[in-house]
Amino acid sequence: MNFRIKKLDSKQFLLLITIGLFLVMYLIGIMVFQDKNFGKLQVFLNLFISNAGLIVAATGMTMVIITGGIDISVGSVIAMTCMLLAWMMEIKGMNAILALIIVLVVGLVYGLVQGWLIAYLKIQPFIVTLAGLFFARGMTAVISTDMISIKNELFLTWANAKIYFPFGGAVNRKGVMVYPYLYPSVLLALITLVLFFVILKYTKFGRSVYAVGGNEQSALMMGVNIRRIKLKVYAVNGVLGTFAGFLFSLNTCAGFVEQAKGFEMEAIASSVIGGALLSGGVGNVFGSLFGVLIKGTIETFITFQGTLSSWWTKITIAVLLAFFIILQSVLTSRKVKHS
Amino acid sequence: MKRFHKLIALLAVLMMVFSLAACGNNSKSTVGTDTGESTDNTQSSGDAEATTDEASAPSDDLIVVGFSQVGAESDWRTANTESMKSTFSEANGYQLIFDDAQQKQENQIKAVRNFIQQDVDYIVIAPVTETGWDTVLQEAKEAGIPVIIVDRMIDVSDDSLFTAWVGSNFLQEGYNAVEWLAGYLDSKGRAEEPINIVTLQGTIGSSAQIGRTDGFAEKMAAYSNWTMLEKQTGEFTQSKGQEVMESFLKSYDDIDVVIAENDNMAFGAIDAIQAAGKTCGPDGDITIVSFDAVAAAFDAMIAGTMNVSIECNPLHGPRVAEIIQKLDAGETVDKLQYVEEGVFPAETAAEIKPTRAY
Repeated sequence: MNFRIKKLDSKQFLLLITIGLFLVMYLIGIMVFQDKNFGKLQVFLNLFISNAGLIVAATGMTMVIITGGIDISVGSVIAMTCMLLAWMMEIKGMNAILALIIVLVVGLVYGLVQGWLIAYLKIQPFIVTLAGLFFARGMTAVISTDMISIKNELFLTWANAKIYFPFGGAVNRKGVMVYPYLYPSVLLALITLVLFFVILKYTKFGRSVYAVGGNEQSALMMGVNIRRIKLKVYAVNGVLGTFAGFLFSLNTCAGFVEQAKGFEMEAIASSVIGGALLSGGVGNVFGSLFGVLIKGTIETFITFQGTLSSWWTKITIAVLLAFFIILQSVLTSRKVKHS
Repeated sequence: MKRFHKLIALLAVLMMVFSLAACGNNSKSTVGTDTGESTDNTQSSGDAEATTDEASAPSDDLIVVGFSQVGAESDWRTANTESMKSTFSEANGYQLIFDDAQQKQENQIKAVRNFIQQDVDYIVIAPVTETGWDTVLQEAKEAGIPVIIVDRMIDVSDDSLFTAWVGSNFLQEGYNAVEWLAGYLDSKGRAEEPINIVTLQGTIGSSAQIGRTDGFAEKMAAYSNWTMLEKQTGEFTQSKGQEVMESFLKSYDDIDVVIAENDNMAFGAIDAIQAAGKTCGPDGDITIVSFDAVAAAFDAMIAGTMNVSIECNPLHGPRVAEIIQKLDAGETVDKLQYVEEGVFPAETAAEIKPTRAY
């Protein structure tokens, strides 16, 4: 009895720490940068606006990590998506909706190939997705080494469509009244997040994902088709990767080879900070949202501070990661001891 | 008990994180309180607020400038950053919020969004990429914050999204190279001789490469005795410049002039020429024309291996400050502004070098 409560606790515990950490950081930000408008609603909304793509990528990443796998090709896939979108719309004159559908299909195929190699040929996910990383980045350069600016009208309408809040407006120093706003990309990211929270928590597929990551042997005995679950997870993650790329391109409106380098690491860091266990079986997409928000808050800290080198973002994330990984290993070692 | 240890660890990490974030801040947080005041001002006086603000402003009312820099990848870039930092100092009446984008456009977009929220007066961007600025500049425009672009040009659907651009006129640099070369050949009595030229181009598609190549080609057409044997990219790097020069030397045995579209490639070319047993520079067989005029180029000219370097001026700070002062006074400014750039031949290198800032 006692043991069961504790085990449940350890999962929740990681998530609670993450949420608590975010809240404390944000409150400290508000206090320290009181005179610089850190407390403004728009500053908070900007965390979502600038990281919409990362929220989706981290959602997919969390799902993959729950199965005990990893996908390091996400950053390159995002660059490829942006480039494909830009190339199809600008060079080939394609319709924006068609271009979007095509990149999502490309993502699905990409995920299926990676998933098949991982699930059916039992190749290490790290190796498969490392190849995927190089392949996607290479393909991006093959499509074009130039920067392509997206000027498609429909696409720019999507990119610039702001959703204004009816309240909370403020007059800035220039005497302009500005209401807080969001972009549709944020809503799409949050809908994706909630959708995957529900799928992972309440569907048979979701429970199988946790079962596969928790213990493959017992999942097999429970009658879970492990290979098919893994294939599905990577396929879905491929689609999420290109969808994240679409949201990313809404923010940058350009295709360029150097885009989103190291993005996969940010997604992994967000998942881990959000309580996903790299050994599999544990993780929560809401946790990864807070992982993303923590990263965004650190970045905001650094720009608001104004004189600090922006490399401090990386250093702080490193400290946080080390902390969460140590915490995880403490928790898992205890779990093993008990069971 | 274990739980307790964990909490202690957590607290320790938290404290570390926040001491990092907070440490630099104590030294300067001057803008804050006057934000509220000027807001009140502006509500009553509408459009004319910039001038009234200035007039009634006490000496501590600083102009806040947010500057998003590409990174710190080269000497040129560092000189550019230093120029901004020294110009927009508190002593000059500014507060500079500086952000290093680490070569990532997405970081710049985030930084610009944060500048907008911090209610800066002006945003200055040295863009990583030419594209992808529409959305965030639209936000700046709606907030009424003027945006000044430096160095690279941006490619946006609506030109009103930025107020001014300050940078180098690469085309003019190409013209300058031709002008100098013509004068030089004339002084050597070779104005009528056939002259064979090779070009080490920069990274194809970069504005520096396009401007310098086109500028040179355009003005060179006036000299029928000049022949461009070949143009190839050395990607702005010393090693690639050397490699390409080696292949040029194998293909052609009568090269008179090498145009290197930046100094680094010129250094590579000099190495290749010397390795092939030829000489270059004012007293050598091959004339080296280079661009950028970084400190090392002056060293090469003093050593007698390079003939001329055409300046690409990174000192944008004063020019941007001039624009900001004009805008603050309610004046209009020219949309495109070129920084002044010189031509530095080897003869004067030794005396000019000590006066150079980079």
